Amino acid sequence: MERDKQTQPVITPTANKETLSGSEILIRALVAEGVDTVFGYPGGAIMPVFDALYDHKERIKHILVRHEQGAVHAAQGYARVSEKVGVALVTSGPGATNAITGITDAMMDSTPMVVISGQVVSSLLGTDAFQEADVIGVTQPITKWVYQVRRAEDIAWAVSRAFHIAASGRPGPVVLDIAKDAQVNSCDFSYERTTFLRSYQPIPDPEEDKIQMAAEVINSAKKPFALVGQGVILGNAEEELIAFLEKGGIPFGSTILGLSAVPTDHPLNMGMLGMHGNVSPNIKTNECDVLIAIGMRFDDRVTGDLKTYAKQAKVIHFDIDPAELDKNVKTTVKVVGDAKQTLPLVTKQMEQRAHPEWLAEFDTYYQKEYDHIIKKELYPESGEIKMGEVVHKVTEATNNEAICVTDVGQHQMMSTRYFKYTKSRSMVTSGGLGTMGFGLPAGIGAKYGAPDREVCIFVGDGGLQMTMHEFGTIMDYGVNVKIILLNNNFLGMVRQWQELFFDERYSETQMKNPDFIKVADAYGIKGKKVTKREELDDAIKEMLDHDGSYLLEVVVETKGMVYPMVPAGGSISNIMLGNGYSL
Amino acid sequence: MNDNKTLYTITIFSENTVGVLNQITTIFTRRQLNIETLSVSPSAIEGIHKFTITTFTNDEEVMKKLVRLIDKRVDILKAYYNTDEDLVHQELALYKLSTEKVMEHGSIEYFVRKYNVRILEVSVDCVVFLKAGHFDETQGLFEELSSTIGVLQFVRSGRIAITKSKVERLSDMLAKREEQKSLLLATQQI
Ligand SMILES: Cc1ncc(C[n+]2csc(CCOP(=O)(O)OP(=O)(O)O)c2C)c(N)n1
Repeated sequence: MERDKQTQPVITPTANKETLSGSEILIRALVAEGVDTVFGYPGGAIMPVFDALYDHKERIKHILVRHEQGAVHAAQGYARVSEKVGVALVTSGPGATNAITGITDAMMDSTPMVVISGQVVSSLLGTDAFQEADVIGVTQPITKWVYQVRRAEDIAWAVSRAFHIAASGRPGPVVLDIAKDAQVNSCDFSYERTTFLRSYQPIPDPEEDKIQMAAEVINSAKKPFALVGQGVILGNAEEELIAFLEKGGIPFGSTILGLSAVPTDHPLNMGMLGMHGNVSPNIKTNECDVLIAIGMRFDDRVTGDLKTYAKQAKVIHFDIDPAELDKNVKTTVKVVGDAKQTLPLVTKQMEQRAHPEWLAEFDTYYQKEYDHIIKKELYPESGEIKMGEVVHKVTEATNNEAICVTDVGQHQMMSTRYFKYTKSRSMVTSGGLGTMGFGLPAGIGAKYGAPDREVCIFVGDGGLQMTMHEFGTIMDYGVNVKIILLNNNFLGMVRQWQELFFDERYSETQMKNPDFIKVADAYGIKGKKVTKREELDDAIKEMLDHDGSYLLEVVVETKGMVYPMVPAGGSISNIMLGNGYSL
Repeated sequence: MNDNKTLYTITIFSENTVGVLNQITTIFTRRQLNIETLSVSPSAIEGIHKFTITTFTNDEEVMKKLVRLIDKRVDILKAYYNTDEDLVHQELALYKLSTEKVMEHGSIEYFVRKYNVRILEVSVDCVVFLKAGHFDETQGLFEELSSTIGVLQFVRSGRIAITKSKVERLSDMLAKREEQKSLLLATQQI
């Protein structure tokens, strides 16, 4: 979508110049960028902007969150499902510093976002004025671009750049720090969208020789395997990817952020990569002859020990960001560019292939994983409720059409493992930063980004309490999200590591929890607590049938484990299957 | 400490915006590289600043990655690295000496000849030498002066350098960008 915008006329001058306040200019600039939803929280240094917003309620919907971290995560959730740029609006000092976690998260996960923070009046900058924080200094390393606006004249220009930079190329967060006097002072207003900056080339030109080399290497492959990352989704290249994979008969695994780029039931889809990913894609990474990485960055949670990673394979890497090429894994062919352009160029030069024996090898491993892990996790007949079975029942009950939002921990891994996708942009999770507290606000944002879709938020009892105040936002605006709390009364993922690597010394991971249903009730959110397997189906149905937000608390086994597991820093061929089994 | 390490010179061209240096040094810090010398000034092209930074590493891959990370920043126009063979490079050094000690020592001419020193200042109190050259040369003079006359104050600039190759990489890049801009404008007008 951003790409479409780029083909619109570069210059759309507003007919007449008008003299307006900086705040008014900011709002009009946002409207010119197609912004209709903003998540924010007011305060002294941003009040003029909130005042201007008051006159534009029909054009820009402002969602008042309950903490700035929530505003930024909501903007992320919004952007992740909608293809638009998420926008958060916060005040100076503590407002801006509360936004830091979400900004870092967006940087790690390449989420297009513009965060606008108020700043003290420019004459007080650098004097430790009330609620002054060095936002530029703090956010520079965790953003794609930051700019401090000190004059009303620079607002339109800065907004235009900010949106271009946030959305184009490899997307990312941008911070605009706007001094209060710039918001108040007046100047002429006219608006031009930015489509070109000489110091910034968002999409590197494809290199013809590399395209040809990639096709040749793929044509020569007997055992090709692809790694699909979020770059495919960010580049809207899902169809191009499927055409590529199908022509080459190439099985693939997804990174956690690449999930949903291709429907779960596609015959070439071998599941998730990485630490808690599926067995076959991890094993086969180390057995393929050609490894094709597309819009992914070889994160250590995917590769494990680099010294033992895909050493046998020729590696082809497609990426829009040249800095990712050869960063972690040395490649044979580097295909820079936008996957939407480069994939079809390579596909055209590829021969139609099928690799039935190679595909069958994946099945063998899937069967092992199914027998040892999946069957027990999804279809237990006795004992405490398992996380996996809840996720499985929820995804089936939504016809696998819902958006899955997760927090961070065991439930996240269970959700990403067992939720199923029929549409792209259906997985919203904190991948690179692993931010607890992400789920609830990101889910709220996702609902605004995709109002027609069901949003299911899976959270743990730990993570929910990190941003539970956003129940207030849900209540205030009647946001319709389904919250599935998988409560093990433990900081489960940390407990799992303590069990495995710290001698079962459960240091500070057991939690005494509140009555979550009562908390939800206080916010007018309907809820139910389920402790018995027999009640689960009906409760899920009730949740999905309910017209409005709903908290379904499922008490799951206290000491559940997420398997398979590649221990951190180990080889992805050494996979623990649990109960003493390994591959 | 820098045994087996090569000294690399990184040249960076940036837009003249606030905070670029901060962005660059953050990347060095995150990659655990020590900046040996740094020099910044407006370049030949108006509105564009040039940074010359030197750093030691034993792995050229580290340099490749570093330069890509710097190049990636929005305000950076171009970044590249070179080793000494590709460059003509110089540093400037100033040496303040006590006039009395210099007189005792006798001849300044020796230093002028041997080190190609320029004399910037002579007063009752002090004599100031200027020497341009490579690090070993400015260092050699410093050591000789220290052991003979004594040095009151010493300062050395960061390295400045130009490549020996014929092409100026920045102007090529700017020309290409201009071309891309007109192409973009043309497609957008349709
Ligand atoms: C902000 C933050 N603090 C700490 C952590 C470390 N951490 C990762 S998972 C986890 C436990 C999460 O527990 P819970 O939310 O109950 O989910 P569960 O693992 O039990 O599903 C912790 C503490 C983190 N990822 N993020």
